[in-house]
Amino acid sequence: MSALTHVKTIQKNVIPLELRPIKLYCVQAMRSVKYLTLAPAIYILITLVFNLNGAQAAAKQTINIAYLTQELTPPAALSNLDPFIKEKGVIGAELGINDNNTTGEFTGQQFNLKKFIVPIDGNVNDTFVKEISSHFKYLVVNLSAAQLKPLADLPAAKELLLFDVGTSDDSLRNEECNRHVLHLLPSRAMRADALAQYMMKKRWTQWLLVIGTNPEDKLYADAIKRAAKRFNMKIIAEKTWEHTYDARRTAQSDVAVFSQTEDPYDVLVVADEQGQFGEYLDYRTWIPRPVIGTQGLVATPWHKTHEQWGAVQIQHRFLEKAGRWMEEQDYSAYLAVRAIGEAATRTQSNELPKLKDYIFSDSFTLNGYTGTPLSFRAWDGQLRQPILLAAPRSLVAVAPIDGFLHPKTELDTLGYDQPESHCQWNK
Amino acid sequence: MMSTSLKWLLLLSLISTAHAENVFVTLEKDNALAIVDPIEGKLLKTVPVGQRPRGIALSPDNKHLYIATSDDNTIKVFDANTFKELGKLPSGKDPETFALNPAGDKMYVSNEDDSLVTVIDIKSKKVLKQIKVGVEPEGITVSPDNKWLISVSETTNMVHWIDTKKNTIEANTLVDSRPRAASFTADSQQLWVTSEMAGTLLIIDSQSKQILKTVNFDVPGITNDKIQPVGVIIDKDRNKGYVALGPANRVAVINAKTYEVEKVLLVGQRVWNLAFSPDQKRLYTTNGTSNDISLIDLESQTVTKSVGVGTYPWGVVAKP
Repeated sequence: MSALTHVKTIQKNVIPLELRPIKLYCVQAMRSVKYLTLAPAIYILITLVFNLNGAQAAAKQTINIAYLTQELTPPAALSNLDPFIKEKGVIGAELGINDNNTTGEFTGQQFNLKKFIVPIDGNVNDTFVKEISSHFKYLVVNLSAAQLKPLADLPAAKELLLFDVGTSDDSLRNEECNRHVLHLLPSRAMRADALAQYMMKKRWTQWLLVIGTNPEDKLYADAIKRAAKRFNMKIIAEKTWEHTYDARRTAQSDVAVFSQTEDPYDVLVVADEQGQFGEYLDYRTWIPRPVIGTQGLVATPWHKTHEQWGAVQIQHRFLEKAGRWMEEQDYSAYLAVRAIGEAATRTQSNELPKLKDYIFSDSFTLNGYTGTPLSFRAWDGQLRQPILLAAPRSLVAVAPIDGFLHPKTELDTLGYDQPESHCQWNK
Repeated sequence: MMSTSLKWLLLLSLISTAHAENVFVTLEKDNALAIVDPIEGKLLKTVPVGQRPRGIALSPDNKHLYIATSDDNTIKVFDANTFKELGKLPSGKDPETFALNPAGDKMYVSNEDDSLVTVIDIKSKKVLKQIKVGVEPEGITVSPDNKWLISVSETTNMVHWIDTKKNTIEANTLVDSRPRAASFTADSQQLWVTSEMAGTLLIIDSQSKQILKTVNFDVPGITNDKIQPVGVIIDKDRNKGYVALGPANRVAVINAKTYEVEKVLLVGQRVWNLAFSPDQKRLYTTNGTSNDISLIDLESQTVTKSVGVGTYPWGVVAKP
């Protein structure tokens, strides 16, 4: 008998919180009204005690969170192994809401998530202005960098706190930064630095950089070049994969020719964010060399091979809820909602200025199941986080790699540290 | 016919065996239990116990050893002298941490995946109740006066105060981020709780359920995010408490009257759980990633030895 059925037989009339639809929380709240007593004075204290045995009930404080995304067209697939996932992110946010509400049950707070999924031909800014901006203070936004920039610049957006769970764009965290936008995914620079630290540790100092033709691939390559400079690695050659091969040429022969260089190299670094050719490189290079970057050994905030620091539990919870592994956008959306929950619980408030102050304060810590407390960088709104270096079926290392030191936190060895940042909040 | 001196020798060795203290350590990745002689400071032997052993406890009469074998989804009962398996308890899925009541007839298990605490009657091996708690319950302990069962939920950041008579939650204390372990003082007046992500130790008054004191740790040369408190225990006279600081590789010594951190002792890597010797003269630590345990002499407050035990030492208990 599985544990879950075991639970059900014992607690016949209790739905496990995880499986309970959000709207049921109101019913649950009313049902437990007579058990709740919350002395108003306790509200202001961070060290709260919640007595469930009293006679009076306090009304629940509600925190409404909007989630905005747009439907995607399935890209051309290299392989049928990885099915196209229509909505990466939403289920992570839902899991976060469930976790927030479990705490909320004990503290008298109710978290609600309203999802806005704009159709492919729709306009996200319209949806934002018409349905979100005047009703919500907290917005989890899963859009491309090209969509997020104009949305974040709307005057109405400044009245909200935006949690970007869809971009890794470095310009959004530097020149284009906004005080009202927090970034949950690691930037390209953070990912590249994580890879560079590991390559440095392995003394794989000579790199061949292979870049795709999409604009995002160039941005990824820029981050790799920045990391190479930062960690004193040498890019011995830079080649663009032009997608020009035809029926007479196969990946087998093409990659071997393509990967020949004048100078020797230790590792091939690939910049192919959409996965259009990167998977072809491994095992087909002219000389035997590992592939890292967007394929091969990847730098990511979350991976299915990760199971340390309690990660197994959240992997299980997500898998049970979604029927698939957690993707990095899901993880980021989970963290975004949990960050709001943590700030609301600690401040016992739903007011934006209070929560925002708390999120940027030194007291704010978030558990991301990666062994280090997470927090936001005060200079650009980027979430400080470890980066997993993962092969398809094995977690190879976790950056920051041991030995890369920092006076404040080693997490700030990844990406743009305060003195390097080009973000000026008061522009 | 045995000579008199030989008889004496035999008798002596019997006495010394009977009184020799043993330290038991679960080895998460070796599926085994390490048995250490802490006086000699050496590993005596390892015995297989089941898949992924983690939580460990001795019955109050020291006859039975309970080990949570997480991947077998059970808590096994062993003879504490022969290590023969005597039975299994219905712990629910993936048991990690559990606690016994002072009488030793009830066991409370954290079921992390299902957000439950399972109450087991040890004699009949029956589940008496499952109590719904916050997300990812971890630390669990019973007050020495048997009044409170404490369950700590990692993701909900709550300490749940459960009445041991009614098996219902009576109060909740919101604590710092990712609480891990909880331990009562011997007089049941205080509950000490560690918060891994906030890097703090919280001292909570059992009467008011309010936090009396937040203890922060500072280790020279270690950044704050490496200070991740896990295991916590307090001596029976409430003079000193000890906290394992995880990847900071230190055990902090806390004055249990002033709550000052008096000292940090360097132990092995990713120090996890702690146990006193039965006479409370020594402290034992499991060091998760350096595969050893540290032996600490509490009178001189020094680490006297580290003993290699096997892969991923997790839980530790000492048997007189």
